[in-house]
Amino acid sequence: MEIPKSFLGYKRENGRAGTRNHVIILPVDDISNACAEAVANNIKGTIALPHSYGRLQFGADLELHFRTMIGTGKNPNVAAVIVIGIEPKWTKRIVDAIAKTGKPVEGFSIEGVGDIDTIAKVSKKAQEFSMWASEKQREECPMSDLWISVKCGESDTTSGLASNPTVGNLMEKLEPFGVHLCFGETSELTGAETVCAKRGKTPEAQEKFMKTWNEYNDFILKEATNDLSESQPTAGNIAGGLTTIEEKAFGNFQKIGNLKFIDVLEPAEEPNKGKGLYFMDTSSAAAECVTLQAAGGFNIHLFPTGQGNIIGNPIEPVIKLTANPLTAKTMSEHIDVDVSKILSRQMNLDQAGDELIKATIKVANGRLTCAEALGHKEFVMTKLYRSA
Amino acid sequence: MVGTDIIIHDKKDNVGVVVIEKITPNQDCSCWIMENDDSTKIQSKNEIPLGHKIAMEDLKEGDSIIKYGHDIGKVVKAIKKGEHVHVHNVKTKKW
Repeated sequence: MEIPKSFLGYKRENGRAGTRNHVIILPVDDISNACAEAVANNIKGTIALPHSYGRLQFGADLELHFRTMIGTGKNPNVAAVIVIGIEPKWTKRIVDAIAKTGKPVEGFSIEGVGDIDTIAKVSKKAQEFSMWASEKQREECPMSDLWISVKCGESDTTSGLASNPTVGNLMEKLEPFGVHLCFGETSELTGAETVCAKRGKTPEAQEKFMKTWNEYNDFILKEATNDLSESQPTAGNIAGGLTTIEEKAFGNFQKIGNLKFIDVLEPAEEPNKGKGLYFMDTSSAAAECVTLQAAGGFNIHLFPTGQGNIIGNPIEPVIKLTANPLTAKTMSEHIDVDVSKILSRQMNLDQAGDELIKATIKVANGRLTCAEALGHKEFVMTKLYRSA
Repeated sequence: MVGTDIIIHDKKDNVGVVVIEKITPNQDCSCWIMENDDSTKIQSKNEIPLGHKIAMEDLKEGDSIIKYGHDIGKVVKAIKKGEHVHVHNVKTKKW
């Protein structure tokens, strides 16, 4: 198949391009959720991103919170941003960082005003942003404007046999076009960690990967109260035939095809070493991982599933594929691309990769994913430890 | 081509994955080895559902399970060729 050279995206002020055109109402903290949701309810064309944290966090955990908030606002799938926090200082820090992209952003704080007057004030600004964003048109953008993240979930052995290698096939075909790519799931590479480390392009990238994996593994061993049965692999993984974390890891690892990664990113960190594949240190929980990758600037997501994970994200469209014929049948409303014919050998990996590329471009051009149509917008902050 | 019951990732693997809805005891199964596009046969001993593994050889306690050409865990209860391989007879070496 000849791979298209372009897609239709929204060009942003900083040179990036979006596959979506969201106006987001971003609460800094848990107690500002009500206000953000009220505004999004008032003003059509806006979306609130409620979450559970943002108070009394400190150190690396607080930095990650800021990085996630700011990165979400900066993501090119977002046209304009309203930030609402209880206090002005942290709100301003987020607004100022997002403003560097050149996109419209405005902050509000609730303390001393109350919810009702804040909602009225914010609604006026949100209406202005929403109507402004609605004028934006899709334009032709080069494939290199696609930043594709990947993460699998509710995996089973069909993931490692077919749906993950399909993603790997897409990566191999799209990397030459200058696409940014990202995989994560630090804990789910356990058992394949030394094989994965060897995929680092430089000795520095390889060492950084091993250091990141060792730190995560030490943390898991410290906190674990048993052999993690039913956590890793999950009960769903086991029902699907996966027996050990090592087996899951080698299946997971198929998603990067034969590519090498340039660098290891902190959670929610934006890559800055140019086009190509990056590894991001993330949890393996689907919503946490995709939220971090979206905050890192990725604008379209590929999600292979075996037993049927149903996750979506509010700003980054999540395309699901499965190779499990039962899941494709029983959960068809969640599956964008069915590659189960690989198992019966009526489809090969090359054909499956082409199908996935076609679907990816359709979604980049604006076609809703199953998760979007069903209203999935899981926005889940990663918390590193207890708040002060 | 059509009619593959079991797929094996790598020729070094000692397990294969069932890719039809299930295999029944004493079923003669066709296996396809992805790595070198080779094929082989095996007779099952148990019922094994889609996605679950079958032992391609006799395995004793302490042996390693090889899949994708790599070690994915240890045998904790002897497994005969053709038997179901899963959490009842294999454990992780990691956690």
